[in-house]
Amino acid sequence: MRKTILAAAAALLLAGSFGAADAADKLKVGFIYLGPVGDLGWTYQHEQARQALVKELGDRIETTYLENVPEGPDAERAIEQLVRAGNKLIFTTSFGYMDPTLKVAKKYPNVHFEHATGYKRDANMSTYSAKWYQGRYIQGIIAAKMSKSGVLGYIGSFPIPEVISGINATMLGAQTINPNIKVKIIWANSWFDPGKEADAAKALLDQGADIIMQHTDSPAAMQVAAERGKLAFGQDSEMIKFGPKVQLTSIMDTWAPYYIARVKAELDGTWKSEDTWGGLDSKMFEMAPYTNMPDDVKKLAEDTQAAITAGKLHPFKCPIKAQDGTDVECKGGDHLADGQILGMNFYVKGVDDKVPGK
Amino acid sequence: MRLVLEKRAERSNTIALVSPLIAILLTIATMSILFAILGKNPLSALLVYFIDPLTDGYSLQEIAVKATPLVMIAIGLSLCYLANAWNIGAEGQFLIGAVAGSWIAVKTQGTDAGAWVLPAMRLLGAIAGALYALIPAICKVKFGASEILTSLMLVYVADLFLDYLVRGPWRDPAGFNFATTAEFDPVATVPVLIQGGRLHLGAIFSLIAVAAAAVLLGRTIKGFEIRVVGAAPRAARFGGFNADQLILLTFAISGALAGLAGIIEVAGPIGHLQPGISPGYGFTAIIVAFLGRLNPIGILIAALFLALTFIGGEQAQIAMKIPLDVTKVFQGILLLYVLACDSLILYRLRLISSSRQVASEVRSGTR
Amino acid sequence: MELVEAIILSVLAASTPLLIAATGELVTERSGVLNLGVEGMMIVGAACGFAGAWLSGSIIIGALCGIIAGVLMSLIFAMMTLGLAVNQVATGLALTILGIGLSGLIGAGFVGERITPAPHLYIPVLTGIPLIGRIVFGEDGFVYLSLALIVAVSWFLYRTRAGLVLRACGDNHVSAHALGYPVLRIRMLAVMFGGACAGLAGAYLPLAYTPFFIPGMTAGRGWIALALVVFASWLPGRLVIGAYLFGAVSILQLHLQGAGIGIPSQFMSALPYLATVVVLVLLSRARTGGSTAPAALGTVFVPDR
Repeated sequence: MRKTILAAAAALLLAGSFGAADAADKLKVGFIYLGPVGDLGWTYQHEQARQALVKELGDRIETTYLENVPEGPDAERAIEQLVRAGNKLIFTTSFGYMDPTLKVAKKYPNVHFEHATGYKRDANMSTYSAKWYQGRYIQGIIAAKMSKSGVLGYIGSFPIPEVISGINATMLGAQTINPNIKVKIIWANSWFDPGKEADAAKALLDQGADIIMQHTDSPAAMQVAAERGKLAFGQDSEMIKFGPKVQLTSIMDTWAPYYIARVKAELDGTWKSEDTWGGLDSKMFEMAPYTNMPDDVKKLAEDTQAAITAGKLHPFKCPIKAQDGTDVECKGGDHLADGQILGMNFYVKGVDDKVPGK
Repeated sequence: MRLVLEKRAERSNTIALVSPLIAILLTIATMSILFAILGKNPLSALLVYFIDPLTDGYSLQEIAVKATPLVMIAIGLSLCYLANAWNIGAEGQFLIGAVAGSWIAVKTQGTDAGAWVLPAMRLLGAIAGALYALIPAICKVKFGASEILTSLMLVYVADLFLDYLVRGPWRDPAGFNFATTAEFDPVATVPVLIQGGRLHLGAIFSLIAVAAAAVLLGRTIKGFEIRVVGAAPRAARFGGFNADQLILLTFAISGALAGLAGIIEVAGPIGHLQPGISPGYGFTAIIVAFLGRLNPIGILIAALFLALTFIGGEQAQIAMKIPLDVTKVFQGILLLYVLACDSLILYRLRLISSSRQVASEVRSGTR
Repeated sequence: MELVEAIILSVLAASTPLLIAATGELVTERSGVLNLGVEGMMIVGAACGFAGAWLSGSIIIGALCGIIAGVLMSLIFAMMTLGLAVNQVATGLALTILGIGLSGLIGAGFVGERITPAPHLYIPVLTGIPLIGRIVFGEDGFVYLSLALIVAVSWFLYRTRAGLVLRACGDNHVSAHALGYPVLRIRMLAVMFGGACAGLAGAYLPLAYTPFFIPGMTAGRGWIALALVVFASWLPGRLVIGAYLFGAVSILQLHLQGAGIGIPSQFMSALPYLATVVVLVLLSRARTGGSTAPAALGTVFVPDR
């Protein structure tokens, strides 16, 4: 009797535990998400890409994801759990996972890791990110054309280079249309806080801005803009649902092509550790259709996008003046070097604010 | 017909033994229903949650790593709660301890400091935690202000203070403006006990705390005073026990332990100071303290059990796509059942049909 | 001047959930019960409120769903703390964790959906009055309800016999019981009222403030509501002032940033909490005049037979 019970328990144990036998042939790919998949923003786009991946290569891979993983000691365990569950290629989709990913990567040299928006790599750990500042430049041009008050409202998350370079690119684009364009910046101190983003949008509009731009992940600001009939740009994903008459465009993260390429490389055995920083030409991000603007502005935007994609126009082409009027050292030939953009912690001339924390 | 609560003449020892088991069974039953509603097989889900993490060394180690700060904080809290002093601010004391200890790490960064760094960090972390906990304690003792609310408010202050430091003065200059200090030097990092794992020296400290608390409560006069002051304040007064002094003492010890847990967590598994170093340890520890019935060994078991549910919850997300929220639901339900069953130790429930029955019972002497 | 009007409008909106939740907690605490589960009740109210509104297409039904959710959570609290004489602190915390988890589960299917937010009042001539028109005559239903609620509670506590009895339960439950008042039943009703308010306050967020549901959208407002009750020294009038003060601090901090004035945002955000601690200390020192906490707050009461 006891033997049957033990056997039954063992069978249940096996049935209940992960790592089922029939998946032995398929490549297991894992994802670590910072937020919930329904956040309509950053994580949502990664999840969309994962689904596209499954659609494209579903017969050869099996994917798993962990959402709502905080950036701390829990992250290291979450990543390691994916490894132990048999995943051989793991995407960690937030800067804060950088050190945990590195630690796990060192432990498991045969597993490959892809870390988004970080700067530490290893033989089995790649990094990937997108040149969103290109999209910001285009948005700056559109904003300057469409703004009647000449004041842009910018909701920032944290004063990190990615966000600062976005602000600068926006201003540089806007200044080609209106050299006296102004920007008001509010820091939400969070990537995702709808209440605060809504309040920030209201404050910016109250203070005279008439176009809202954001580097935060929820549609709250777009919603406020729609309520007040002011124009806005979305972020991460299509937010037109929240502002059908006010969204001009949105920088949409479209990770699918990159994910598919990397998984294919893994399947073929050609995966190598790389650092990918994709611009518009790589299709790692796209601009949402240009809407709610007159045709000539739309044409200008499309032409600018084509020029950037073809490599003919660089948003940070020199000379660039810093806030104090001096020229910024130009280390990339006729435009700023990648390293300068990646580490950018100063504002260009035309921004009246101070970078927080300096 | 109504249900009435009556105080028992004396504690029911059978209930005291049996209530945790009943609570766990009730919780499992409720969770099974929840799993079924979510469309998951209850049996597999329960296995993944509770059995699977116990089946491999890595998970076992991770359970210990997760439980380490919980044990340390909860031990301190249990001392406070036994004395009827309600420290709800352990989370804030944890953060302040982490900040204080990290100060040494940040200041000695890159210099070739000696082995004194780590013990100094721990000491400073404990002292800072104790001082921070004394604020609500003093407010209570000198001004009569509710320590529940003051200690809770200070949690937010501590969190914002930490945020300000890592985004401003202490930010890693080579860190691309991200909100974190530089990685601590090896001399400022808590050593790992098992190579390749994450189990670190902090676990030993937690076990020492358990033993020390057991000795304090079971064998010392101070421990006795703490227990009496909470259980029978008037008797304590007659016994000459100084309730005020005990409030200050227990808060200080609790703050020290929380602060120590904070710096150990930062200098150990995390390795640098950043916002979000605590996924709510201070509040989870309150649950652990109650689940462990304010008893040192009970706390150790409760912390391990709760850590098990965290780990199991993550594995359930991977294996069965069960949302992480289910873990929170489980923890809330477990605590509610434990509290409810425990109340039956001191009270009993009686069905009363009417006042006539009461009167007749009074007359016949069975009441 | 338009800016001032706009700021006041934002502050009103931001303060409303705090005011509603704190009003409920005020009544609960005045009856002698300390409910730390407000955050859990609010967040479940948010999830159920949004679900109800989205499924039915009606804001009012959504609000009712939020209220019912809050009441149900509070019934658990009442059963435990009043029925089984369980420690109120522990129960409140357990309900907070339970609430956060439940709201995540309930709301998961609704993330990404949007609804039409609660409509604002519009009276043809009055709403157009410069400066005060929109503030007085252009708010959404919740704002007016929050003010009506606190006025009603104030009247109830200080001008009705029932309110007097409730306050007596909070100050000295033994005497109240000796006088023959059903202390436990009164407290249960107070707790249910508190739960209803918390649920309504939570529902306000996805129904009017940001018309979509995100897990965790209450972002600690329940804890602020608790602080608010203390800050207001358990007096309804001061509660209104406190709620708008707390709301103002968070809104002003953003405006200061937009205007380029750089006070560290963390300092501004910490102000309400620091202020509460100071108020608590000052209150407790002033044993004469003023109001202190209900003397029996948080203590267990089991009536002897």
